[in-house]
Amino acid sequence: MQRGSDGRRIDRFNVPRQPAQTVLDVVTWIQREADPTLAYRFACRVGMCGSCAMTVNGKPRWTCRTRVERAAPDGHLALEPLRNMPVVKDLVVDMAPFFAKWTAARGVFSPRDDLGEDFAVVPPATPGRRAADAAIECIGCGVCYAACDVVAWRSDYLGPAALNRAWTLVNDARDGAGRERLAAIAEDTGCHACHSHGSCTQHCPKALSPTASIAGLKRAMLHAAMRGEL
Amino acid sequence: MTARLFMLQRGSAAVLALAVLVHLATIIIAVRGGLTAGEILGRTSGNLGWFAFYTVFVFAAAIHAPIGLRTILREWTGWRGRFCDAVMVVFAVSLLVLGLRATWAVYAA
Repeated sequence: MQRGSDGRRIDRFNVPRQPAQTVLDVVTWIQREADPTLAYRFACRVGMCGSCAMTVNGKPRWTCRTRVERAAPDGHLALEPLRNMPVVKDLVVDMAPFFAKWTAARGVFSPRDDLGEDFAVVPPATPGRRAADAAIECIGCGVCYAACDVVAWRSDYLGPAALNRAWTLVNDARDGAGRERLAAIAEDTGCHACHSHGSCTQHCPKALSPTASIAGLKRAMLHAAMRGEL
Repeated sequence: MTARLFMLQRGSAAVLALAVLVHLATIIIAVRGGLTAGEILGRTSGNLGWFAFYTVFVFAAAIHAPIGLRTILREWTGWRGRFCDAVMVVFAVSLLVLGLRATWAVYAA
């Protein structure tokens, strides 16, 4: 297990195995039984909050939804904090830069001026609604961001989660900031920096496809550029 | 700017995909038939169809290559800014001049 904040200290622990034991169970056992100074983060323990994400044997995962026998058939676990974010201590990362990029990608809903008083009706079968639905279940755990090699190469790239969020809003019929949002992600730190490696889609615990969302943004950008809006 | 470059990159890629296939197929057919350089030049000389094809090919390559190289340089070396863009324009013009010169040579041979 990686300790401290500079990545140089590695501690080893022997943890008793239990049936159906999760990686989060292992981390919790270490903190309660072996080393109370261990810092890690969790909340719901059932795959709803996304706060227990760590690097498990080289892959970013939710530790609460990862069983030891699946992640480590030989019983050896290597636990590190998520990649691409500053380490606060041990297994805890600072997610502020990650969420700052959601803001930079205009990931905030900006209602149209002409929505009226009543609820807006967005029929489920419309193409925009379908596209938004396919990407909307993101809970912001940062697994895709940690899995992304482009973020590792250039730290100013907005990353798959922020762009996936932007894609849901581009397809939201109630949103009025479409042009500003496309302009915000049109530069080379936005969707055009994506190499379509698909690591985000491969590792997303919610089985979303930020790769498809980013491809959608590239198409939307192309259409906007052809209309002379960018 | 990035969106427009992306548009040019994708458009030129579509042209190049077709042009490279025609180019490779022509090479293979020409070599299999045992044609000499002189015989090939005899066929291309004065042929407006091949001249137009290779002119389009050269323009597509001159648009496509510098945009891709610019992206690679920005990502891997961090070299960006106006000087980088200016060097890419020089690269594009060089490709265009060299390519058109070769196309003209084959046409006017």
